[in-house]
Amino acid sequence: MINVSNVSKRFGDFQALDDVSLVVPEGSLGALLGPSGSGKSTLLRIIAGLEAPDTGTVAIDGQDSTGVSPQQRNIGFVFQHYAAFKHMTVRDNVAFGLSVRKRPKPEITARVDELLGIVGLSGYQERYPNQLSGGQRQRMALARALAVEPRVLLLDEPFGALDANVRADLRDWLRRLHEKVPVTTLLVTHDQEEAMEITDNIAVMNAGKIEQHGPPRELYDAPANAFVMGFLGPVATLDGALVRPHDLLLTADPREGAVEAQVSRIVHLGFEVRIEAELADGEKVWVQVTRGDAELLEAGEGDIVWIGSDAAAGGTTVPVPEAAPATTEQPAEPAV
Amino acid sequence: MSAERPGLRTSRPARYTLRFLALGYLAVLLLIPLGVILYRTFEPGIGEVWASITTPAAQSAFQLTLLAAGIAVVLNTIFGVLTALVLVRGRFPGRRFLDALVDLPFAVSPIVVGIALILVYGQTGWFGDTLENAGIQIIFSWPGIVLATVFVSLPFVAREVAPVLREIGDDQEQAAATLGASRWQIFWRITMPAIRWGVAYGVVLTTARAIGEFGAVSVVSGHIQGETQTLTLLVEQRFQNFDLAGAYAASAVLAVIALVTLLAMTLLNPRKDET
Repeated sequence: MINVSNVSKRFGDFQALDDVSLVVPEGSLGALLGPSGSGKSTLLRIIAGLEAPDTGTVAIDGQDSTGVSPQQRNIGFVFQHYAAFKHMTVRDNVAFGLSVRKRPKPEITARVDELLGIVGLSGYQERYPNQLSGGQRQRMALARALAVEPRVLLLDEPFGALDANVRADLRDWLRRLHEKVPVTTLLVTHDQEEAMEITDNIAVMNAGKIEQHGPPRELYDAPANAFVMGFLGPVATLDGALVRPHDLLLTADPREGAVEAQVSRIVHLGFEVRIEAELADGEKVWVQVTRGDAELLEAGEGDIVWIGSDAAAGGTTVPVPEAAPATTEQPAEPAV
Repeated sequence: MSAERPGLRTSRPARYTLRFLALGYLAVLLLIPLGVILYRTFEPGIGEVWASITTPAAQSAFQLTLLAAGIAVVLNTIFGVLTALVLVRGRFPGRRFLDALVDLPFAVSPIVVGIALILVYGQTGWFGDTLENAGIQIIFSWPGIVLATVFVSLPFVAREVAPVLREIGDDQEQAAATLGASRWQIFWRITMPAIRWGVAYGVVLTTARAIGEFGAVSVVSGHIQGETQTLTLLVEQRFQNFDLAGAYAASAVLAVIALVTLLAMTLLNPRKDET
């Protein structure tokens, strides 16, 4: 279990963390999610002892670790760019933590082989990191971190340097690994899909603060504010409120509570179809519908349609804040 | 890869011309003079050469040169690695100043270094009285030669190691720390293997510079044959005394040491594909 209490950290003029508190339950897989500069990596590094907080405390398994060196915390840390020991074989990389603890050789060998089996790198013992792919290097780094039986596992954008398809594979794999080796894990990511897909709890961070902390569905369905709503998924603006584009209903005929709009663009993304429409005041709205619904609607570019919230879907809305939230644009194409 | 890019392809005559120019430049400046020295050295016959480089004066010069170079390499390697670590990993006021200071021995003429050493350690220098009372002689003695050699060859290791440290970053060191390694273990098991080629290259350059140093050493030596004469000083003395064959022979020894050092470097050369 990790307890972070009232941690603040400044780098010169920049307030990286502002009175942050967080509890990561024993055995859970949590995420720190936020845009770059939100303080998520700094918080992770403070938990690891790689940075010292200006104020506040960090406790691991109930023990105050605030002034304890990273060496003494018994944590596993995985870096975005692997931090592989380039001059050592895979075996020596994974054995490093045990070998500095002066464990007997046979024990180390057995443990390394077992871990490489768990991460799917059996038979790679004598290779060097530069003979591995990015995904394999990161799995080696995970085995290395797990070798010392850490109390907590901290992952700093672990899949950030990998190709999209490798990333998706490794995500699944990490989730399954966590079921096999249920060590308390905290993952830093800026990818909301990654956080939603594999974690039990997400802390959404922005400008050095935690905006909301809870299970992915709770955050998605009941966002505390516009930032959380915008960061966790696509949003459209209608009638002064932020709403999910899939919670909007589009009809060819007028309807109560719906506003008139002209279709400006239709994007087909396989099963999903995005319909962009322009309201009378020039504001643009986009609606996410299934391919079947789009075909039923038979709307083409330039047609007049009616857009309103879908009462049956019971969608989530959040008032538009005075300052624009971080993500009001359409998200990038989802990774396939 | 670049050969595949048509825009960067040079025509055949242009390539040969470039090669000819590069090799010609090297030949005129380097190979021909070196070759002539070796030729002139062995012209009188191998026995003469052997006799000339085994005189007591030559042996003493050879030993003094190796002693000074050896001490310079050991001290400057330790200092160089520490300085590089401080410069790259440290964040403190005055870091840039230290950075510039390390290059001072490159910037200052060796003869100025020699004179500065005399001003500080010589009989009339700042520490002159103190040293004389303690019975220690630095100037016109071997410690002065060692000091001068250490000074002029000081920046090489630091300058070779610093960019390597910068390039590898501190991710590996931090990973080792989270795995429980002490600072000492991190240095020897992670940092040192990562910078070893930089250190090796720095050592080779330090050795070459230390052995070849003339100006600073000449000022502080006092030219006492058999005592404070290094190989370069021996060459000069023989040359001044019209003992050309002897000067050539001693030069050849210097050239051979330089070649061996270079060869060692080539053999040690990092396999570039390793990283």
